[in-house]
Amino acid sequence: MADHKVKTVKIDVGDGAAIPTPKDKGLVSAWRISLVGALAALAYLLIFHSDPYWEIIKFLPDGVLVTFEVTISSISLAIVIGLFTGLGRISQNRIINLVASTYVEVVRGIPLLVQLFYIYYALAKFVQVPAMLAAILAMSFCYGAYMGEVFRAGIESVDNGQTEASLSLGFNRRQTMFYVILPQAWRTILPPVGNEFIALLKDTSLVSILAVADLLRRGREFASTTFDYFETYTMVALLYLLITLVLSKLVSIMEERLGQYDQR
Amino acid sequence: MTNANPIIKIENVYKHFGRLTALDNVSLEVNPGEKVVIIGPSGSGKSTLLRTINQLETIDSGTIIVDGQDLYDPQVDINKVRTELGMVFQSFNLFRHKTALENLTLAPVKLKNVPEQEANERGLELLAKVGIRDKADNYPAQLSGGQQQRVAIARALAMNPKIMLFDEPTSALDPEMIGEVLEVMVALAKEGMTMVVVTHEMGFAREVADRVVFMDMGQVLEVGTPSHFFESPEHPRLKRFLEQIL
Repeated sequence: MADHKVKTVKIDVGDGAAIPTPKDKGLVSAWRISLVGALAALAYLLIFHSDPYWEIIKFLPDGVLVTFEVTISSISLAIVIGLFTGLGRISQNRIINLVASTYVEVVRGIPLLVQLFYIYYALAKFVQVPAMLAAILAMSFCYGAYMGEVFRAGIESVDNGQTEASLSLGFNRRQTMFYVILPQAWRTILPPVGNEFIALLKDTSLVSILAVADLLRRGREFASTTFDYFETYTMVALLYLLITLVLSKLVSIMEERLGQYDQR
Repeated sequence: MTNANPIIKIENVYKHFGRLTALDNVSLEVNPGEKVVIIGPSGSGKSTLLRTINQLETIDSGTIIVDGQDLYDPQVDINKVRTELGMVFQSFNLFRHKTALENLTLAPVKLKNVPEQEANERGLELLAKVGIRDKADNYPAQLSGGQQQRVAIARALAMNPKIMLFDEPTSALDPEMIGEVLEVMVALAKEGMTMVVVTHEMGFAREVADRVVFMDMGQVLEVGTPSHFFESPEHPRLKRFLEQIL
């Protein structure tokens, strides 16, 4: 029908879990094999080797909750930081632009684990940040920079004609951004944000070194008293896998919903 | 030709893109209710000139006064001026995340505080006027090019502008859809709307224009009534241009 271009931009960022494409309706997919495999392994262990495994799985849910707590707090903060960083990166104001770009540059150049150590141990010289807060701050500081790049790319993917149309109606730049550009950029942004979300969830395992009782930390505590290292970490790994598999499915469903207005 | 109270007054405007002179000492006045059609070869500066009127392009020097307001006066709020200037683009530029009706209501509701209900009614009225009331709930991607352009015209009209600017509104359309868009534009002209139209549609220029402006190399080379323009063109470049396209 119409001959204008329909832009579909994919942003590939980071090392998140593979998000299944909505079109992939085949019975055999990597996602399905992983899910069925993980569930089967879990069921098998709990039923046939209930001796240590029941004990382990009863011990871990607290950790899962903490993992979620850190993940959700961090991603929320990271999205806010990312939005401002992204806007800063495309800002015509040279100072704002430089601040945002420098932040991204610095954060990208320091490993997350080092950032965690720095906020919790190094800064303790001046101010003692509680472990949980340090964890959330470090994670969101780090992921905010990545998010900033995602937002920047998403905003830039929206055709300039949309901005011109909005300005010509009398919207100012800020209104244009919020009413016209961001609602459209969101669709391009969502898949990589989902990816970052899952990557962040996995990276929260790093906070276990700050004495935050997340899933990995709880596993470590259990193993160090029972010496069931193999069994405990098997269970921890299975739980991480199941969580990321479910989340990646949710992201793909959301992605599909958001894409609807471009369908004919 | 000059009137005491032109609604658009462009004076000695220069605009450069790098080393290219896009507008070279351009002056032009448009009176209320007048229909001015700007023609010229591609790269002649006609779209640039049109886009300076609502400041989608800034100028390097000169004056542009719209409805008594100097666009480069720091006191003047360009966003306010733009609400009086409807603009229709070559590539439609409908908001892709909004339905046809929502495209029409967004600006009136957000900028003029028109109640949603009222904006919807007015929006449907305008969609009926451009002949696509039944597509109110469709997204742009579900509409043909001609339909999208008609929605775009209605969107601009929803702000009750005093002036409508058209930037090659039919150039991106399949031939069979050009007619439906021109029809809407002709009807609008008959209602007395002030219009500045950049186009290659000479039939439209002949039928609707009060004055036709010929531009080349960033300069206005000839201005005249359609009959003068098409029957006794003076400038040799205009003669050559008309020979090529007619």
